Amino acid sequence: MPAIVEIRDLQKTYDSGFTALKSIDLDIREGEILALLGPNGAGKTTLISAICGIVRQTAGHVTVGGHDTIAQYRGARRLIGLVPQEINLEPFEKVMNTVRFSRGLFGRPRDDAHIEKVLRQLSLWDKRDAKVIELSGGMKRRVLIAKALSHEPRVLFLDEPTAGVDVELRRDMWETVRKLQADGVTIILTTHYIEEAEAIADRIGIIAQGEILLVEKKAELMRRLGAKQMVIELQHPTERIPEQLAGYDLTLGKDGGSLVYTYDTQGERTGITKLLSDISAAGLQLRDVQTRQSSLEDIFTDIVRKDS
Amino acid sequence: MNLEAVRAIYVFEMARTFRTLLQSIVSPVLSTSLYFVVFGAAIGSRIDEVEGISYGAFIVPGLIMLSVLVQSVSNASFGIYFPKFIGTIYELLSAPASFLEITAGYVLAAATKSLMIGLIILGTAFFFVDLQIAHPVWMITFLVLTCLSFSLFGFIIGIWAQNFEQLQLVPLLVVTPLVFLGGSFYSITMLPPVWQTVTLFNPVVYLVSGFRWSFFGMSDVALGWSLAAIVLFTALCIGVIWWIFRTGYRIRG
Repeated sequence: MPAIVEIRDLQKTYDSGFTALKSIDLDIREGEILALLGPNGAGKTTLISAICGIVRQTAGHVTVGGHDTIAQYRGARRLIGLVPQEINLEPFEKVMNTVRFSRGLFGRPRDDAHIEKVLRQLSLWDKRDAKVIELSGGMKRRVLIAKALSHEPRVLFLDEPTAGVDVELRRDMWETVRKLQADGVTIILTTHYIEEAEAIADRIGIIAQGEILLVEKKAELMRRLGAKQMVIELQHPTERIPEQLAGYDLTLGKDGGSLVYTYDTQGERTGITKLLSDISAAGLQLRDVQTRQSSLEDIFTDIVRKDS
Repeated sequence: MNLEAVRAIYVFEMARTFRTLLQSIVSPVLSTSLYFVVFGAAIGSRIDEVEGISYGAFIVPGLIMLSVLVQSVSNASFGIYFPKFIGTIYELLSAPASFLEITAGYVLAAATKSLMIGLIILGTAFFFVDLQIAHPVWMITFLVLTCLSFSLFGFIIGIWAQNFEQLQLVPLLVVTPLVFLGGSFYSITMLPPVWQTVTLFNPVVYLVSGFRWSFFGMSDVALGWSLAAIVLFTALCIGVIWWIFRTGYRIRG
């Protein structure tokens, strides 16, 4: 897939001297859902803001659909829809008017048929004449999405689309995002919910302290970095790990009733066979063996911790 | 040019004006009528004539200027301050629109509103005084230029202001005194010579003088100076706004 957004050596240092983005290089492919995952203050919003023109970058280049976001900002920005993290809406405006305004602002001639399509898609059509202030939180967020989609963008940035949203609404949002992807829109969303990235992203970028630590296909990320654990339950509890087994990465389970062995699936040898024979050589009797794979959350915590 | 953006902002802002039509129009008309009653009828009856014009008629251009200046500054400053305050400015900053287009949308809307108010006050004046307009085309020209230039000024104030207090500070502490001391209610020839010179540093003098000339054919300063002053002020404001968008001053981090 070709890249629709290309980010090269993007840096941002605020006037206060705080460096929010150190040097970001990233290609976003057309049609994908990319989740930028990172803790609060990692630079996710600054990255989106720099691409969309809300903050000025200190150095580097970004192109969207081949247009430089500074030199050819009109071409670039026409392709972009932005859904901000905060619910920034004029409280006394009617839904229809505010969405129509966004379309005009982005240089598109009035097209009520398209706006109707967008509002119906987001289940807002019944509320088109309601004032923003009369809407629920979930609806307001959908109004923001409607505004972002009003000018038919090819790239949609969603900044923390489900922050502070309950489980059901979150699932609705994921559904909406998938539908948009089916319509051919490239989606970049930021989140600090790992389950969100796991649920809808094609690729995941991990960002912390202004740097992209890695970008991987979701499945690969989990496979490549996934440590596995094997829990070996014993017939008879043991007080300590026998000396013969000291060379293994073992921890003692609850009440000494089990041994927990952590290994890397990427390693050439997992060492399971030898471990099991060494365990019986040490005189321990097995009752059961189970393995479990680390979740994206474990992976994420691991990467961020290693980096800092 | 993204003219759709200019139009979108203009239509959106005008819709706000018409939503609050009563308070937008009624209050300036009411306060101006009060000025007519107090200055024109009560005090004016004790003042003979100013350079051959009845005092009631003499203050009409000044009264219109007072409302138009204050309204232009406050409309335009509120227009851009509000999106900053509630956060919707993200949309303006991320739109494929240049500083000229964004400014044009807001300033044209604010200027339209103050022009409407100016014309309504002019209409109201006919109820109170016997009034004739010597140069109607010049009168409209001055009015429109004043609305535009002070809406530009208001736009700058709106970007500069960081809270509602600052937003109201400039119209209250700067514009109103300048208008009152700018010969709205008197001819500056009535002042002692020293104060006449000081007054010439007040830009509003040139506006009021030129505007009054379009009514009565007489002015405190030459017409050319009035036009030059208003053009200079407009150019200055556009320059500042250009700089604001270029550097992102108080709007782009």
